[in-house]
Formats: sequence, structure tokens, C-alpha cells
Amino acid sequence: MSALRSRRHREWGLAYLLLAPALLVFAVFTFYPFLRNFKLALYQNPPYPGLPAHYVGLHQVGSVLASTSFHQSLVSTLLYVVMVVPVGLIGGLLLAVAAHKAIRGMAWFRLIFSSTVVTSVAVAAVVFGTLMDPVVGLLPWLGINPHPAILENPTWALPAVSLIAVWQFLGLSFVIMTAGLQSLPDEVLEAARLDGAGGWTMFWRVTVPLLSPTLFFGLVVGTIYAFQSFGQIDILIGPQNSQFTHTDVLLYSVYQALSIQDNPGVAAVLSIVLFTILLVFTLVQLRFLERRVTYAGN
Amino acid sequence: MPATDAAVRPPSSAPAAHRPPRRRHRRLRLVLRYALLSIGAVVVLFPLYMAVVNSLLAPSQIAHQPPPFFPLHPQWGSYRKAWTEGDLAVYLRNSAIQTTVIVAGQLVTSVLAAYAFAFLEFPLKRTLFVVFLMTLMIPFEVTIATNLSTVSSLGWFNTFPGLTVPFLATGFGTFLLRQAFLQIPRDLREAAQLDGYGHLRFLWSVAVPLARPALAALGVFSFLSAWNQYLWPLLVTGNDNSVRTVQIGLKQLINTQLDQINVSLAGTVIAVVPLLVLLVVFQKQLVRSLTSGAVK
Repeated sequence: MSALRSRRHREWGLAYLLLAPALLVFAVFTFYPFLRNFKLALYQNPPYPGLPAHYVGLHQVGSVLASTSFHQSLVSTLLYVVMVVPVGLIGGLLLAVAAHKAIRGMAWFRLIFSSTVVTSVAVAAVVFGTLMDPVVGLLPWLGINPHPAILENPTWALPAVSLIAVWQFLGLSFVIMTAGLQSLPDEVLEAARLDGAGGWTMFWRVTVPLLSPTLFFGLVVGTIYAFQSFGQIDILIGPQNSQFTHTDVLLYSVYQALSIQDNPGVAAVLSIVLFTILLVFTLVQLRFLERRVTYAGN
Repeated sequence: MPATDAAVRPPSSAPAAHRPPRRRHRRLRLVLRYALLSIGAVVVLFPLYMAVVNSLLAPSQIAHQPPPFFPLHPQWGSYRKAWTEGDLAVYLRNSAIQTTVIVAGQLVTSVLAAYAFAFLEFPLKRTLFVVFLMTLMIPFEVTIATNLSTVSSLGWFNTFPGLTVPFLATGFGTFLLRQAFLQIPRDLREAAQLDGYGHLRFLWSVAVPLARPALAALGVFSFLSAWNQYLWPLLVTGNDNSVRTVQIGLKQLINTQLDQINVSLAGTVIAVVPLLVLLVVFQKQLVRSLTSGAVK
């Protein structure tokens, strides 16, 4: 009896030992910094670096949330997400539908379509930055000469950086849509075809409804991706120009508050806002994973 | 690997009288499909293609109107310049170290934790699993304010530990591997136990080999995300080259050598090549990890 119990205790010890490394990393670099945002938000940093921050209660939270720069940042972020996600999803879906047939050379097309999944934001920024350059880029040749130049233009800078994100997201979108299409039951598609459904009817009446869970998953993943991007703005527009070109998306504001203005308090407030918005989407994403878990578990 | 799937064309069973128009119809549709696919391929590849073209041109040629779409006299000197003057060799080495440490760390911590969740019984198991799940709800971006000061106070600013340690565990990876472990029949564990296998030996010589596909998927996914990281390396690397990764190096390249666009594009091409290789070799594993949860 006691031998059994000691063996059980040994199993407990082993389990905690196996979990310890991951839990330590999570505690120090995920949970602690996340929770500390709520404390940092209550402390205001003096304008001179080096002096200690002092407690101001909710005053700082209120002033950040009421500031025009925050409102502008929020609007920019939403516009950015709205420009990136639907276009990326529809593009990925079209490519996936076109590639959903076993014909010669399809493996090459699939490889090409998914290729932007591996290109980093820095690579995408440098490549597109060259193409959009007013001197060496393609725009003058196309007869597009906005003044000021496209990446310094209050109207066109945000659509320009969104275009880069669309291209980058296209690969992931294609991969997700392809997986969705491949999971559709062939019998249903075949039955619809035998019923005389043509290509277009088939697409809208059969494929899209059957694919709706995948589309929803893509929407969630794409939205999270879009809310977390800022690299191309940092590389192509930079802190000096981001405000008047309306490209200072939320995450870029967090980065600037922290790294350029050296103001962790403001960064913390903005981080909490970003977290709250993303929470809705991460919770849904979690449900997707969970669904798979119950499958595997039982 | 690509281009291996042969044309699948079921033998036509249509009556002879109907054959010609139907066949023509089918051929037309096939041509249309290839046209659509080719347009898609051109759109997707065009930016990278132009980067390669421009990297092989002299700066004066790049600015030429209409722009050249093919390098008639390719000048490979830009690649040598990016490699030496742009310090790309150093950046690539740093990225390789950073990525290797993160991938190895994530695989180890995820295997250990996933094993505990899949094969062991212990108090607070459900609670701890929820704790792991909760990490998926906290994007790294919302933790940077404190993580930056933590890393600085540990003396890790501008060091490899600062670059890698915050990423040495992953809730997603633990999740993926736990599922793979759950697929292993319980009988196998019991049989191994009768043979005198302890947990650690079972983990190493039975569970890990059986979960190889999931491990590969996680490894490729970790590699991709670590190599392409931008925000954190930007925050924790200083003004010297000692640990700067290739992504931050690209920003430097485009900022310092504005008149040498061909050099920064050469650098970009060099930076993207390792990942294109990764995609070609591990396409299946990558797709598997990216679509976890997308389909049942």
C-alpha cells in the first residue's frame, strides 16, 4: 500500500519536474509582464528619464485613452485590419480554388502560392519599399506620381503598407484555404455536380457554405496577424513620419512609447488596449484548437 | 518533389456522338485554369522577382525608365558587397544561433511538458493545463514593456540570452505534442512498464520517435517564427553588430546605403533563401503546423 503511494508521489514529482522549465519561462516572461502592465499603467514617468515614476492612479489611463493620438492610432489600426484581412482571405481562397485540382505542374503552383508564408516582414518591406520608391520604383513608369511620395503621403501611406501585409498574408491564407478545401467531402461536391450545378453556382452554393468554418478560422488568424504587424511601418515610414501619415497602428504606438519616448507607463496602457481587442480573437482561436483536442483526447 | 503529380484525367465514357464538343469544352476549361494559375503565380512572385532583378543591376540602371525587367548584364558584385560591407555574414550567423537556440529550447520544454500532460497523473493537472492554454491568450507584444526591463536588469540586453530565453517555452507547441502523445496507445505504455521501462526511458525511446511528425511540424514552425522575428530583436539588440539578427540587419542595410539599392536587395535575397529552402523541404510539416485547428 505504502509502496504504491510512494510510487504515486514519485509520479507527481516527475510531472512537476517536467513542467517546471516551461512554467518558469511562462511565469517570468508571460504572466508576470502581462500582469505588471496593470501596475505600470498607474505610474507616470516624469519627462526626464532617470527620475522615478510616481503613482497617478487612473489619471494616466484616462489621459491616454482621451488623447487624439490614441484615437487616430485606433482608427488607423482598424482601417489597416479592414484593408488587409478581407483582401488577403479572398485572394487566398481564389488561389486555393484554382489550385484545387490534380493537374500537371500543380505542386509548383502550390509551392509558389504558399511562398509568402516564409518571407519575413523585413524582407517584404525592403522589396516593396524599392518598388514604391518615387525614383527607382515602378510607380513613375505606371504614371502614378502622388505628391508627397506614396510612403510620405497622408492618404496613401496606410493603403501602401496594407498592400505589403496583404501580399505577406496571402501565403498563409492560401495554405489555410487549401487545407479546408481538401477536407471537404468529395461525395457532396460530386453529388452537386451530378445535379447539374455549374462552376459558379457550385462555388457559391456548395463550396463556400461548406468552407465557412475554414473561412472563419482564416478571419480570426488573419485579424490577429494584422493587429500584430508593424515591421514594414517601422522600416519604410519610421517614427518621425508615422503620425502625420496616419500609419501609427497600435503596436507601433506601443513600440514608440517604450523605445523612443522611454515611457513604460503609456506603453502599458496601450498594451492593455491591444490585449483586450485581441482577446476576443484569441479566445475563438483557442476554441478551434480545443475542438481538435477533444477529438484527440477521447 | 513538385511536378510529380501526373495529370489525372478519367477516361471519357461519354457516347461517341457527344465527344467532340465536350472534349473541347473540357480543354478550354483546363487552359483557363492554367491561365488563372499563371496570373496568380506572377502576382505572388513579382515582388521577389523584381528584387532579384534589381539586385543584379547597377543603381543607375535601376532608376532607368522604363524600368528594366530583366538583368541583361547581371552584376554580382552587389552580393559580395552585401556580404562584406553590409556585415550580412555576421547577421546570418547571429540569426542562425538565435533560431537554433529557440527551436531546440521549444522542442525540449514542449516534449517534457506534453509528456506530463499525456502520460502522468498528478494533482492540479487540469489547472496547470489551463495555465498553459492561457499563454496562448497573451500575445508576446503586450508583454514587451516589462520584458525589456527584466532582460536589462538580468544584464541580458544585447546578448543571446536576452534574444532567446523569453521564447524557450511555447503553449502551442506543448499542445501540439500532447495531442501526438495522446494518440499513442496506452497498452504500449503498460507493456513498456512490464518490461521495466521507466517514464524517461519510455519518453525517449518510444514516445518521441512515435511523435516524430508532430515534432517536425513544431520544429519547422518554431524555425519560421524565430527566424522572422522583428519586434523583440529590434528592442533588445543595441547599436553594434554583436548579436543583431538578419531582419534588423536589413533595416540597417536599407537605412545606411540608400544610394546602393542593389546591395540592400542582394542582402534581402540572401536573407530569404534559407527560408525558401525550408519551405521546399518541409512544406508538408509547415502546412500541418499552420493549419492546426483549421480542419478536424
